[in-house]
Amino acid sequence: MNAPSSHTPTTAERWHPASIALHWLLALMIVGSLGVGLFMTGLPFSPLRLQLYNWHKWAGVTILALSALRLAWRLTHRAPAAPPMPRWQRRAAQSAHGALYLLFFAVPLAGWAYSSAAGFPVVLFGVLPLPDFVGPDRELSEALKPLHRWLAYGLAAVVVLHVAGALKHHFIDRDGLLLRMMPARRRDPVTRPAIRT
Amino acid sequence: MSPRSFIVPALLAFVFAGAGSEFAHAQPKPAQLQAASSEIAFTTRQMGVPVEGRFGRFSAQVALDPKQPEGGSVSLAIDTASARFGSAELDAEVPKATWLNAAGFPQATFQSSTIKATGPGRFDVAGKLTIKGSAREIVVPVQLAAAGANHVASGNFTIRRLDFKVGEDEWADTSMLANDVQVRFRLTLAGLPPL
Repeated sequence: MNAPSSHTPTTAERWHPASIALHWLLALMIVGSLGVGLFMTGLPFSPLRLQLYNWHKWAGVTILALSALRLAWRLTHRAPAAPPMPRWQRRAAQSAHGALYLLFFAVPLAGWAYSSAAGFPVVLFGVLPLPDFVGPDRELSEALKPLHRWLAYGLAAVVVLHVAGALKHHFIDRDGLLLRMMPARRRDPVTRPAIRT
Repeated sequence: MSPRSFIVPALLAFVFAGAGSEFAHAQPKPAQLQAASSEIAFTTRQMGVPVEGRFGRFSAQVALDPKQPEGGSVSLAIDTASARFGSAELDAEVPKATWLNAAGFPQATFQSSTIKATGPGRFDVAGKLTIKGSAREIVVPVQLAAAGANHVASGNFTIRRLDFKVGEDEWADTSMLANDVQVRFRLTLAGLPPL
């Protein structure tokens, strides 16, 4: 059970292709939004700053919607069995996943509320005005800004833990856990579980 | 000259002078702006996002008899440094030279030239709007309604920010920030003659 070739996941052990697609799409969007969020807040008032803020908001609302879809899918479909691991690790992984899902909702919702409170309603892709669930409110916006920021830092921290855990399983335990989340290859998905980098 | 020959022309002169001033200065006594219950707000669009601001300080000189609006006059002066938004960032940005240049042009003004009644309690107020040193002739439709002892004049109109060089250089791009700015006002006036 040491080399990936000795324990390669069968298709039954993989996540559903829809789960895999949502996982990687959201991974890209979340990491991208965290990066843009860090970068844009340091910019001077400029068209670029305005553009990035709007893209960041559109990405956030899309993440929120896709996370709702993903949660619904996750709750209605069986997850593949995880490889054997110590109990504490299983607990830690479950806690991390719970925290991730919580933050998938909390971070965009806090950002959306912050934007509304600051007097900038969110208009998805520049065409679809979304409702404001709080009105313009200077004090509220000044409270929501750090909330959104710290929740995002929290999300980044749990993402780092999640990636570290996955890499540990892949490179140290070599238990094929990561391969369950890899898109199936068209040719020979079982015997060539090489990692894309 | 007999006393009578003096008194009659003097009386006539007095009557005509009085009548003359009555007609030449048909303008009624000025009304008083009730600042606390008045508002001048505007909406811009940034990448499709409506962003609302309002001016905290402005004054108005309104002398208008709603029954004879032609003789009336309206002038407004708005402190350009008093624009307030939902975010402190915009509050700090908008007085800068790129936008309203509050240091160079502390006030935006409107001075009416003609006022015409267009319906019951409705008027078209034409005049000159001056922002940041640029002047444009505009016509503002105004609705006037009694509100207790006061009157409320309200309405809205659209101006183009680039007519007044509001948003220069990189901000002149109207795909990022729309050229049209919707202005909305609600002025509570005391002492206006009845409708």
